[in-house]
Amino acid sequence: MADTTTRAKVRWGLLDVAVVVFALTPVLWIMSLSFKTPATLTDGKFIPREWTLENYRTIFATDQFVRALVNSIGIALIATVIAVVLGAMAAYAISRLDFPGKRVLIGVSLLIAMFPQVSLVSPLFEIERQLGLFDTWPGLILPYITFALPLAIYTLSAFFKQIPWDLEKAAKMDGATQGQAFRRVIAPLAAPGLFTTAILVFIFCWNDFLFAISLTSTERSRTVPVALSFFTGASQFEDPTGAICAAAVVITVPIILFVLFFQRRIVSGLTSGAVKG
Amino acid sequence: MSVNATPAGADVAADGTETGGGRQAAVPAQRTRRRGKVPLSENKRAERKLGLLLCAPAALVMLAVTAYPILYSVWLSLQRYDLRFPAEREFIGLQNYVTVLTNEFWWTAFGVTMLITVVTVAVELVLGMGLALIMHRTLVGRGIVRTSALIPYGIVTVVAAFSWRYAWTPGTGYLANLFSDGAPLTERASSLAIIMLAEIWKTTPFMALLLMAGLALVPEDLLKAASTDGATAWQRFTKVMLPVMKPAILVALLFRTLDAFRVFDNIYVLTAGANETSSVSMIAYNNLIRGLNLGIGSTMSVLIFITVAIIAFIFVKLFGTAAPGSDDGERR
Repeated sequence: MADTTTRAKVRWGLLDVAVVVFALTPVLWIMSLSFKTPATLTDGKFIPREWTLENYRTIFATDQFVRALVNSIGIALIATVIAVVLGAMAAYAISRLDFPGKRVLIGVSLLIAMFPQVSLVSPLFEIERQLGLFDTWPGLILPYITFALPLAIYTLSAFFKQIPWDLEKAAKMDGATQGQAFRRVIAPLAAPGLFTTAILVFIFCWNDFLFAISLTSTERSRTVPVALSFFTGASQFEDPTGAICAAAVVITVPIILFVLFFQRRIVSGLTSGAVKG
Repeated sequence: MSVNATPAGADVAADGTETGGGRQAAVPAQRTRRRGKVPLSENKRAERKLGLLLCAPAALVMLAVTAYPILYSVWLSLQRYDLRFPAEREFIGLQNYVTVLTNEFWWTAFGVTMLITVVTVAVELVLGMGLALIMHRTLVGRGIVRTSALIPYGIVTVVAAFSWRYAWTPGTGYLANLFSDGAPLTERASSLAIIMLAEIWKTTPFMALLLMAGLALVPEDLLKAASTDGATAWQRFTKVMLPVMKPAILVALLFRTLDAFRVFDNIYVLTAGANETSSVSMIAYNNLIRGLNLGIGSTMSVLIFITVAIIAFIFVKLFGTAAPGSDDGERR
């Protein structure tokens, strides 16, 4: 008996190793490239023979990258905050209140979750040019909020359904209005759900490339993924490979940290909204 | 349940006495509304108002940024509109559609997109199911497996694409040196294979997570019972797990299919559409940003939108009542 469990453990262990190797190889590879010296960059070795931080020094010395990093952080944070606030309001109404049009709202969110984003690129390009939003932060924040909202609404309504609502009733009996019950009692209880949703939304905004490359044209609002694709051929880099890899690692680090610290929350957030019974 | 209490004002009573969540509390409310004659209580009216008020901002943003532009895009697609020659802007009916639909580049891109969608989703379903089983049932290191599986999901697609590009660049890359002596990203077949590999690596974890949500619904007792009755592991998988997981599988397939159809980032970085590896998103982007042709770009936008709508419609037909959204308090 003990023998079979050991064997089973070994078998599962081997499968685990396969998954970890599959998932981490490309990440380790780009890290390795970012630490290579220009001379050894093209040696094709997975582990650098000579280590250097030169690539990182180069990118942080250029406006091109630093500006893009500021844009990326600012745009993703603002979009996340707005999407989570609007999403929380809607999710609270969906999970708690009875009102006409609820079904329509759920249907619309589902449609937007499936919407082909490239279909919006042409019209948004023209509309934003006319409104003066093209190549500005709000010009990117708006579409990000829109496509993050379905995700936020679904995840948050799943979380909100697990909250003990009796407390809200108790608060209301003590004379609180529905609005007060929401702010004082439910919002603190919902904080973990809000946080998880914020991480998922942030990852979505942080990752976007299509809107970022179509709706920006200068360093004013270009985000890092777009700046990366423009490193190629920029005159200040002789060979942009090392710089691209260093910049890529810099924008990957926050994601890896999120995943390391909040794995459990991210998994529950992603699975809760998906299927229920 | 106190659902059978007398209707008028019953919602208040039920609200006060019931310990259940919103679903039960809302049942009497609906009864009240259906009778029609009973005027809404003060409380009920306030609740409706608050509900609409809380949803309005989200609904307005979503509609303003999707519904209006897609209609505008239909309008633009009926015009000759090239930003390099703005003076020649005029209404030309369906001529743009004729131009696009008789263009071989469009159909090549369409074929490439379909191929990528079908192959990646099929492979991801198999790999994702395996990964879901590992994440759900492994005896050792569950945390490590789940954490590392989330990294491809979270990482910026462009970053992953660069990693694959350098891996397959002759000389620089570890994979190029191992597996080929040519330059794989300069040939069509191998380029497409690498694009699919990059897509599969990036999105299998997402597929696995959606499937894992379904796995969690499989009752442990049922598996034990099947095992006692002498079912093999394969039989338990096909006869017990798969039927229970069917809704989860369909949801995962729908989301991944529509997502795969939008493939853009990987192609942009890996080949930039060279050697006929463009997807529909890629050529729509090229016509707009590189070609500055709003008319043709919008026509492609509309065509992609219609294609996605058709795919979604077929899936929803398959779903029946298992459509996502039917779960959100809508099953009373």
